[in-house]
Amino acid sequence: MASLPNQQETITLDTFLRGLWQENPVFVMLLGMCPVLAVTNSAINALAMGLASTFVLVASNSLVSLMRHFIPKQVRIATYIIIIATFVTMVDYAIQAISLELYNALGAFIQLIVVNCMILGRAEAYASKQRLGATIINGLGIGAGFTFALLCLGIVREILGAGSLFGFDLFGDQFQPWVVMILPPGGFFVLGAWLLLFNWLRTRREAKLLETEGAPHDG
Amino acid sequence: MMADSVTFIFLNAAIVNNFVLAMFLGICPFLGVSAKRDTALSMGLAVIFVMLVSSICAYGINWILKYLHIEYLRLICYIAVIASAVQLVEMTMKKFSPTLFRALGIFLPLITTNCAILGVALFQTSREYNFVQSLAFSLGAGVGFTIALLLMAGLRQQLELAKVPNVSQGAALTLMLAGLLSLTFMGFAGLGAQHG
Amino acid sequence: MNTTSANNPPLPPTPAFNMLRTLGLVATLSGLLVVLSYQVTLPMIERNKQQAIEKALYKVVPGAVQRKDFVAIEERIELLDTQPEGTLLYAGYDQTGQLKGIALETAAAGYQDVIRLLYGYDPYCQCIRGIQVLKMAETPGIGDKIIKDARFQQNFEALEARMHPSGKGLQQAIVPVKQGNKTEAWQIDAISGATISSNAVARMLNETSQHMVPIIMKNLPIMEQF
Repeated sequence: MASLPNQQETITLDTFLRGLWQENPVFVMLLGMCPVLAVTNSAINALAMGLASTFVLVASNSLVSLMRHFIPKQVRIATYIIIIATFVTMVDYAIQAISLELYNALGAFIQLIVVNCMILGRAEAYASKQRLGATIINGLGIGAGFTFALLCLGIVREILGAGSLFGFDLFGDQFQPWVVMILPPGGFFVLGAWLLLFNWLRTRREAKLLETEGAPHDG
Repeated sequence: MMADSVTFIFLNAAIVNNFVLAMFLGICPFLGVSAKRDTALSMGLAVIFVMLVSSICAYGINWILKYLHIEYLRLICYIAVIASAVQLVEMTMKKFSPTLFRALGIFLPLITTNCAILGVALFQTSREYNFVQSLAFSLGAGVGFTIALLLMAGLRQQLELAKVPNVSQGAALTLMLAGLLSLTFMGFAGLGAQHG
Repeated sequence: MNTTSANNPPLPPTPAFNMLRTLGLVATLSGLLVVLSYQVTLPMIERNKQQAIEKALYKVVPGAVQRKDFVAIEERIELLDTQPEGTLLYAGYDQTGQLKGIALETAAAGYQDVIRLLYGYDPYCQCIRGIQVLKMAETPGIGDKIIKDARFQQNFEALEARMHPSGKGLQQAIVPVKQGNKTEAWQIDAISGATISSNAVARMLNETSQHMVPIIMKNLPIMEQF
C-alpha cells in the first residue's frame, strides 16, 4: 500500500482520492466489516452510519496527529482507544438528540464504532506520523470511501429487499420484495457480489496493462 | 420484566441469533482466522474465555457506574477495562500455563478489538440481564462464534481442492459461503417459537 | 497497512512520567468532552423521548389530546413525582379533561430482540384500544407485520381485558389464536408466518394486564380528575 509511512506527505488531490478508491477501506482493505454488513439494510441507515464513522475518524485522527509528539510509544494504543471512545460517545449522544428513530435503527452499532479496526488502523499507520492538514484530508477521503461502500450495499439491499430507496417506494404495490436481501444473509451476498465486481474490474485492468506494456506490471 | 430462562438466552445467543451470522459481530476474525480448522478452534476457545472474563468485568463496571450515576462514561470504561483485562489474562496465562498460552496466546491481542467482545458487554447492558443471565449470554455468544468459525473453516478446507474462477477467490468467496451459512442458521428460528 | 515499528531503530526508554502525563491529559480531555456533550444533548434527548411517548400515547388512546403521568407503586397509583420508582402510566384526556384511556409500557422477547410496546387501555369498556411499537428489531417484512398488517391491528380496536370479579387478574386471559380463528373478544388473531412476533405481543399484553388492570380499576378515581 502506498501509505508513505516515514516522510511527511504533501497534500495533493491524491491524499483525498486514495481513500475513496485505491485504498477503499471496505472493498480493498476489508476493514470495518461489522457495521458494513449490519446496518446496511436501508440506504438511510447506511448513510447515517457512514457519516458517524467519518466524523469519528476525522476528529480522533486529528487529535492523534496534534498530539503525535506527546504520545509515548508504549501507551499509544491505550491513548488512541480513549480518544476514539470519547468521540464515539459524543456521536452516540448527538444521534439520540437528532432522531430517536435513527438511534433505535442503528442500535448498538454506533457504540461499536469504537472497535472499527479502520479507525484505529488509520490512527496507527497515518495520523501518528503526518501533519494535521494531511490527516484531515486523508481521513475525509477514507471516510468518504467508507460511506460510499456502505451506500453501495445499502442502496442495493433496500431496492431489492424492500422495493424502496431512502424510504420512497419505487415499484408500487405489485413488487414482491426479495426479503432475504434485508435479512442477514443478504448482507453477505451483496458484499460478496460487490467484491466480485471489484476483483473482476481489477483483473481486467491488469490484463490490459499487461497487453499494452508486454511485461508484467509492478503494481 | 424479562422472565427469560438461562437456557433460552444461551441457545438464543449461540444459535438463533448467532453472533457472527445473524448479528455480524466479529466478522474480521471470522474472515481472517477461518482458513484452518485447528486455528479456528483455538481462536474460538480464546474468544469464549475472553468473552466470559469481559462479561463479568462489564457487569461489575455497570454496577459501579449506575451506583455513581455516571452512565455516560460507560463506553470508555468498557473498552479500557476489557483491553486491560485481556492483557492481564495474557500475562497470567504466560506465567502459569505456557501450554495454554502457546495454543491461544497469539490470538489474545487480536481479540481485544473484536467487536463481538464489546458487543456482548453492550447488549447485556441494554437488555438488563442479571449476573447469571449475563454469564449465559456471553457463554452462548462465544459458543456461537466458535460454531460459526469451525463450520466456515471446514467449508474452506474442502474448497481448497476445488477449482474456482480466479476472480472469486479470497474474501468474495468467503462472504458468499457466509451468506449460505447465515441462510441455514435462519432455519433455527423455530427454537424461539417453541419457547414463546 | 504496514506499520513501521519493525524497521525503526529501538527507541530510548520513555520515562514513566511522560506516559502518565499523556494518559492523564487524554483522560481529562476525554472526560471533559464527554460530559460536555452529555450536558448539551440531555435536554434534547429528553424532549425527543417525551415527544415519542406523546405521539404514541395519542395513537393508542383514541381521542386524547392531553396527558398526565402517573406511577403505580404496588397497589396504589399516584401522580408522578420526580423519582419514579414503580410502573409508569400515561393517562390521556380529551379537550374537556375527560379521561379517554391509560397507556402502559410492556415488553417481551420477540424473534430478534426485545419488543417494547405502548398500549392503550380503556377502563370504561375494559378493553385494549391500540398498540404502538416503541422499540423492536423484528425481521423486516416478516416480524414487522405486527405494525404494518392492518388485519392484525384490527385485533386492538377493542380487545377485551376485563378484571376478574374477585379483583385479581383478568377474567379471561389474552391468548393468541391461529389466523382466522378468532371467535372471542379476548383472542388475538395471529399473523401466520409471523407467529413468534404475534405470540410475543399476546404474551406481553396478557402478563402486564393480568397485573395492572386490577390496580387501574381500583384506582380509577384519582386518574379521572384532570
